[in-house]
Amino acid sequence: FMQKGLDAQTKKELEEEEKKVINDEHWYLDVPVKKAKESFIVEERSFVVCEELLYGRMSFNGFNPEIEKLMIQMNSKNKKEEIEVDDKMEADVSDAEMARRYETLVGTVGKKFMRRRDQRVLMDEENCENIEIRPSKKAKKKFLKPRD
Amino acid sequence: MAAGCGVAAEECVGQVVLPGDVLCLPTHPDEDGERLRLGASPAPPTRLLCGPGLRRCDAGLLVTKCGLLRHRQAGGGAYWVDSQQKRYVPIKGDHAIGIVTAKAGDVFKLDVGGSEQASLSYLAFEGATKRNRPNVQVGEHIYGQFVVANKDMEPEMVCIDSSGRSSGMGIIGQDGFLFKVSLGLIRKLLAPKSEIIQELSQLYPFEMVLGMNGRIWVKARTVQQTLIIVNILEACEYMTAEQRKQAFAKLSGN
Repeated sequence: FMQKGLDAQTKKELEEEEKKVINDEHWYLDVPVKKAKESFIVEERSFVVCEELLYGRMSFNGFNPEIEKLMIQMNSKNKKEEIEVDDKMEADVSDAEMARRYETLVGTVGKKFMRRRDQRVLMDEENCENIEIRPSKKAKKKFLKPRD
Repeated sequence: MAAGCGVAAEECVGQVVLPGDVLCLPTHPDEDGERLRLGASPAPPTRLLCGPGLRRCDAGLLVTKCGLLRHRQAGGGAYWVDSQQKRYVPIKGDHAIGIVTAKAGDVFKLDVGGSEQASLSYLAFEGATKRNRPNVQVGEHIYGQFVVANKDMEPEMVCIDSSGRSSGMGIIGQDGFLFKVSLGLIRKLLAPKSEIIQELSQLYPFEMVLGMNGRIWVKARTVQQTLIIVNILEACEYMTAEQRKQAFAKLSGN
């Protein structure tokens, strides 16, 4: 639909007309939008949650030791409401060590992918740390006006 | 809805309610000042649980089953209707005992006492893979929980929890006795401090599996002990506390 040579204004007018046509054709609800009512009521169909029922498998006096262990585990979970703290996953490498290694790593791997020119500069930097050859090397060669 | 606002929910706790009763909740943030009763709870409840037998409606809670209204204050407060029922309706998250009736390809059909049979996939056991299938025969008892249970679909059960461990679910072993009681008794037995369970545990060493569908499986050292426990549990429903204590005293005396 983009026609060359149309002014920006005419384009806008045409677009607006199109939108109007589309809006009139679209159906919409005339009913005023009801604000969602306070939803602090939660519907629950199970008795287990309401009455805080225990776990269904039970064993007494050592008849089935595994189930007795399970009973303790499940029922304490019910009462204490264990919040699983998975914020800090056990890391193989600690944070401090990771930072240290990363520092050195970035330099070494980065060097591999540097261009020849930069490599030379780097080597000179490393060799002549005390002598300040850097400014003269890096300084752009100014245009030297030829002497008459 | 001809009924007006109805009665306050707090007043009906412990009383009989009938379907159609409307219970309004005391502290509404949107209500006018006259409605606010700052007696028990000064702040509006953060999360109110509307349990079985109740439904949310405009004015508050609508009762759908007849029974006693119960209330629990802990954890934001919960209201529910304590009603008596023999027929089980599968509910998601409930643990139940099912009996295998058929093996249809990769799926077992279980009878859980509801209107439809539940399905249980063979992969829904701990450590089950396509090559390592669980050894389940027709007629075995299985303890599992519902993952899908609504009125539109066939209920589905699994024998593992969300982390993939069985945590006590699966095939219930050999021997033992399976019988059916009403759902109300199951809830009484599973209550946190159930006297019946405490008294029973002092009798003999035994093992018990309670399904929310009204089925109980009991196993004790000898057949006689098993049958005694079964008879006590069945009779508990209609005995008062004193009669029960008398029965226990007779048994432990023997």
